[in-house]
Amino acid sequence: MSDKVTNIVLVGVGGQGILLAAEILSETFMLAGFDVKKSEIHGMSQRGGSVVSHVRYGKEVFSPMVPEGEGDILFGFELMESYRYLSLLKPGGTVVVNDLCIAPPSVLVGQEQYPADMALKIQELCPDCLLVDGQNLAIQAGNARTANTVLLGAVSKRLDIEEKYWLEAIEKMVPKKALEVNLKAFQMGRGLK
Amino acid sequence: MKEILSGNEAIARGAYEAGVKVACAYPGTPSTEILENTIRYREIDSSWATNEKVALEVGIGASFVGARSLVTMKHVGVNVAADPLFTLSYTGVNGGLVLVCADDPELHSSQNEQDSRNYAKFAKVPMLEPADSQECLEFTKLAYEISEKYDTPVLLRTTTRISHSKSVVNMGERTDAVREAKIEKNAAKFVMLPGNARVRHVVVEDRTVQLSKDGCSMPINRVEMRGGKIGVITSGIAYQHVREALPEASVLKLGMVHPLPFDLIREFAGKVEKLYVVEELDPFIEEQVKAIGIPVIGKEIISICGELTPGRVRKAFGLPENAETVAEKLPGRPPNMCPGCPHRGVFYTLNQLKAYVSGDIGCYTLGFMPPLSAMDTCICMGASIGMATGAAKVLSPEERKKVVAVIGDSTFLHTGINGLMDMVYNKGAATVIILDNRITAMTGRQENPGSGHTLMNDPTNAVDFELLCKAIGVKNIRTINPLDLDECKKVISEEMERPETSVIITDKPCVLIKREGIFKAGAPLQVVDESCTGCRACLKIGCPAIEWVPGSGKKGKAHIDPLLCNGCDVCSQLCKFSAIQEAK
Repeated sequence: MSDKVTNIVLVGVGGQGILLAAEILSETFMLAGFDVKKSEIHGMSQRGGSVVSHVRYGKEVFSPMVPEGEGDILFGFELMESYRYLSLLKPGGTVVVNDLCIAPPSVLVGQEQYPADMALKIQELCPDCLLVDGQNLAIQAGNARTANTVLLGAVSKRLDIEEKYWLEAIEKMVPKKALEVNLKAFQMGRGLK
Repeated sequence: MKEILSGNEAIARGAYEAGVKVACAYPGTPSTEILENTIRYREIDSSWATNEKVALEVGIGASFVGARSLVTMKHVGVNVAADPLFTLSYTGVNGGLVLVCADDPELHSSQNEQDSRNYAKFAKVPMLEPADSQECLEFTKLAYEISEKYDTPVLLRTTTRISHSKSVVNMGERTDAVREAKIEKNAAKFVMLPGNARVRHVVVEDRTVQLSKDGCSMPINRVEMRGGKIGVITSGIAYQHVREALPEASVLKLGMVHPLPFDLIREFAGKVEKLYVVEELDPFIEEQVKAIGIPVIGKEIISICGELTPGRVRKAFGLPENAETVAEKLPGRPPNMCPGCPHRGVFYTLNQLKAYVSGDIGCYTLGFMPPLSAMDTCICMGASIGMATGAAKVLSPEERKKVVAVIGDSTFLHTGINGLMDMVYNKGAATVIILDNRITAMTGRQENPGSGHTLMNDPTNAVDFELLCKAIGVKNIRTINPLDLDECKKVISEEMERPETSVIITDKPCVLIKREGIFKAGAPLQVVDESCTGCRACLKIGCPAIEWVPGSGKKGKAHIDPLLCNGCDVCSQLCKFSAIQEAK
């Protein structure tokens, strides 16, 4: 096992299920035999605020926070939040981002506008960017609420972890009655080029 | 057994393994999940107390009759519990007592950034500080041993990045030697009258000296030599950032931050060319190291404000930063009240009535945010009522009418009752609104004495707010539906006119309440496009379900997201054109 620590940053909006996705990632890495640390802020962020979760794994991990500019993968659940936290990503890092805009309060009331061309701007700064139509793929998988699992599948393809550990973690963390559709959603994401 | 646990989960596990019998707390971010996890162990009696002072007193009671007890709170909670804490230091314990205080550097979810390590020194109580979840478990167990060996309560300090970070933990089993409780009288130790307390004070001072000496050989205070150029004294989460940013530095990692192991610090200082202290918040270690005559660099390069990150440590040591920030200014994304939140109508009304709103701590503090913009002060738990009394004492009779205190059910029961009693007793003239949403919402919907359920989910007595206020002596008590804007405006403005204390109780539950049958969502609403004139009246309540859809020029229309709407009907009451109706 190399000494290198792999850094993943999950960003999005409170209520999108970011914390569960971070849990599944962490569980997978532990099952694969790595040291894992995860850090996030609860509290105020549950009420629709901006949410960031850090997940790091390797032979030995010290800080639970991804050092600024050292993220290997930015796992984005929403476009503007992904753009906001691009500074956590290393130069040449990978972005997997949900093609979704959620308007913040100032945009809802018409005071500000949602910034234009977020996806394009992310792609300009990070050429290795996969834009995922999470909602539509989730509907194809059989349940609109599995968009996160589609994204997780896409992220999994970009990490050198055996598939069986992903499946084991999902089985452990996802409620039984939703397991089948989530596994399908995961494979759809994993199949994305 | 290996599992990924948060610091809070690991502390709960550690308490279980240590044979703890009683766990008591008042919820507060980032400490709340500790008690939400001790309930997984049936051997522990876990409960929410009305406030942190009571929580500590429950823990002390259990300790004095021999059981091990755990008490948890956020940093500002220790202010509330400080009274018993300082004298508990004198009495010492019988069964081990550990008080977890969770600090919040960076103020992720707090009203100040106080450093609880000062409490350890001030109250003369040892304090342990874990640096990851494994240490949270191990230090909790060790804290009970120290508590009983040295006859002292022990503070276990975490910070948000320890409480809410997860890492891999090897778990053990519950000890076989669980202490049984029985009455053992010992007045000289447990009755702190001057004669007894004088004797105990000497014991306390000796204890601190002994702990400082013994700390030099405790494995939790350890030296990691990696060359003699740079030496760093550090503890807690800062240790992890130092290891990340300065992998070549030698480190003295302190697991016990009070009292400090001074001989070990001297020894370490002698082995390195340049000595640093890397610590979050106050120069707590730094000042004490300097006081024993050892030159050290600390707050010259590390800020007192905010939390540390690997990048901030790197910057402090003059190392290059990798980060490139996105230059563009993006709209912020602050938290907001939920769609259908029963607080929204009250704050909209207070804004319309131009009230001077004496605020308090809870979800409703978000009433400060635009467009509701209806909160003028927020200091600490329960402060709203006392502050309203004070303001009303000195304002002119006309301005006095504007003073309205707002306080949630849990906050009122925490420390608001005393304020209300004082207002009535001293003939204060202000309006108090008790926002009763049946739950302690902000910290994640915990039960409280007004909710009718305990932490262990047993049904129990629910405080009757109206009767309580009546017993205190409030003459004008009215209960309103906070989702009915006409009723809000009528009742609140009438009570504001009154030259004496009045209480208004709002009567709608939190939309996120977990127990079934308490909150019932209404049918989602929709905007009838043909009727919407784009007047923006419905946007004044800042509901996340309502979006402004720009049209050409300044024109546009409102749109309601049917998936977010809880059908509370507040927006439809604002629409003069009947454009908001039940979705078909």
